[in-house]
Amino acid sequence: MRFEADTLSVNRGLRRVVQDVSFSLGEGEVLTVTGANGAGKSTLLRALCGLLPLAAGRLRLAGLGEGEDDPLIFREHLHYLGPQNAMKAALSIRENLAFWRDFSGGSDGLEIEQALRAVELPHVADLPFSYLSTGMRRRVAICRLLVSKKPVWIVDEPTSGLDRSASELFAGLCRAHCADGGILVAATHLPLGLGKAQTLAMETLFTVFEGDAFFDGEEA
Amino acid sequence: MAALLGRELRVALKAGSGALMGVLFFLAVVTVFPFAIGPDLNQLGRLGPAILWIGALLASLLGLDRLFALDREDGSLDVLVLEAHPLMATVIAKCLAHWLVSGLPLILATPLFGVMLNVPPLGIAAVMATLAAGTPAITFIGAAAAATAAALPRGGLLVAVLTLPLTIPVLIFGITATNGALFDPDPFTAPFLILLALTLFSAVLGPLAAALMLRHSAE
Repeated sequence: MRFEADTLSVNRGLRRVVQDVSFSLGEGEVLTVTGANGAGKSTLLRALCGLLPLAAGRLRLAGLGEGEDDPLIFREHLHYLGPQNAMKAALSIRENLAFWRDFSGGSDGLEIEQALRAVELPHVADLPFSYLSTGMRRRVAICRLLVSKKPVWIVDEPTSGLDRSASELFAGLCRAHCADGGILVAATHLPLGLGKAQTLAMETLFTVFEGDAFFDGEEA
Repeated sequence: MAALLGRELRVALKAGSGALMGVLFFLAVVTVFPFAIGPDLNQLGRLGPAILWIGALLASLLGLDRLFALDREDGSLDVLVLEAHPLMATVIAKCLAHWLVSGLPLILATPLFGVMLNVPPLGIAAVMATLAAGTPAITFIGAAAAATAAALPRGGLLVAVLTLPLTIPVLIFGITATNGALFDPDPFTAPFLILLALTLFSAVLGPLAAALMLRHSAE
C-alpha cells in the first residue's frame, strides 16, 4: 500500500494555502509536516482526509483497487486525529472508545483496557471523559487510533498538551504502527525517532497583510 | 449505526436536559395561550388541538441546532464524516436519536397538556397520532437546516428560521387531520395520509440535503 500525493493544492476561500505538495509514502514510512503557524499544515492534513476539496493535484491510496483515487472513498482507511479530541465529555472513557471502535467497524484493534494501558492510563476506563486533565484527554484521544486498526494515521499536533514522557510514549506508538506496516503523516515538531521519516517543510505562501497577493487563487 | 444511536441516546440521558427543556417550553406555550384567549372553555377546547400542535412544533425547533453543532465543537463531526458509513445513514441515525429524546417526550406529555386545554379525549388521541406522524418530519427537515448552520459559530436561531417555513405543510395537515377526527364532516384519513407522505418525503430529502451540506461545509 502506498499513499501518494501529486502536486496538491488547496484553497481556503479564495486564498491558496497549500501549493504543489507531492510525496509518496510506502508501508512503514513517515511524513512529518513542519512549518510556522499559519503555513497550512492543518489545511494540508484535512485535505489529505478528504475533509477539504483539492484545488489541484491528485491523491491516491495505491493498493486498494476500486476507489483508490477518491479521497471520499479511501478515507475510511484513514485515522484522523485532529486538534480536538472527538470525545463526548458526558460519557465514560470506555463508552467513548467502544463507540468509536464499533462505529469504525474494527474489531482487530486493541482491547480498550490494553489501549489504555498502552498510553499509561490503566485505571480510568469508567471515569467520565470530563474528569480528565488536558494531557490525559489527549492520551485517550490517541487511544481511539489503537482500538480500531487502520493503515494510515493522519495526526495534527498529536502531542499538544502532552508532557515529555507522554510525547515519547506517543512516538513509541507511532514506531509500533510503522513497524506493523502502517503509514503516518504527522504535523509535529516532535522528533519521532524513525529512520525513514521524510520531512515536508511548509512555507507561508504570502504575507496576509499585503493586499495584492491575498487573492492569489482566483485573481492573480 | 446502532453504536451511533446508542451513543447519542446515552449522551442525551447523561448530559442533555434537552428533552426536559423541550417539554418545559411546550408547557410554557400551552399555559400562556388560555390567558390570551380568555376563560371560555368551549372556545379553548376548539382551539386546543391547534395550540398543542404549535407548542409541539416550537418546542421541537428548540433543540435542533444541537444536532450537529455539538459534534462540530468537540471534533467528533470530522471523524463521523470520515468513517465508512454512508453519511446519509449517519444523519438518519442522529435524527432518530434526536427524535427519541426530544420528539417522543412531547407526544407523551400531550395528554396532560390536552386536559389543561379542555381538549376532549378523542382530540387528545388525534393530536398524539398526528404528532407521532408529523414530528419526525420536523426533525428531518431540521437536520438539513442544522447541517447548514453547523459551520457557523452561533447558528442556533438560523436553524429555527430555516426550518419553520418548511414545516408549515406539516402543521397544516397535522391540524387538519386532528380536526377531521373531532368534527364530523371533515375527513381524517386523507390529511393524515398526506402527513405520513410528508414525513416519508422529508425522511429521504432531509438527510440527503444534510449529508451534502456536511460534506461541503467541512472547513
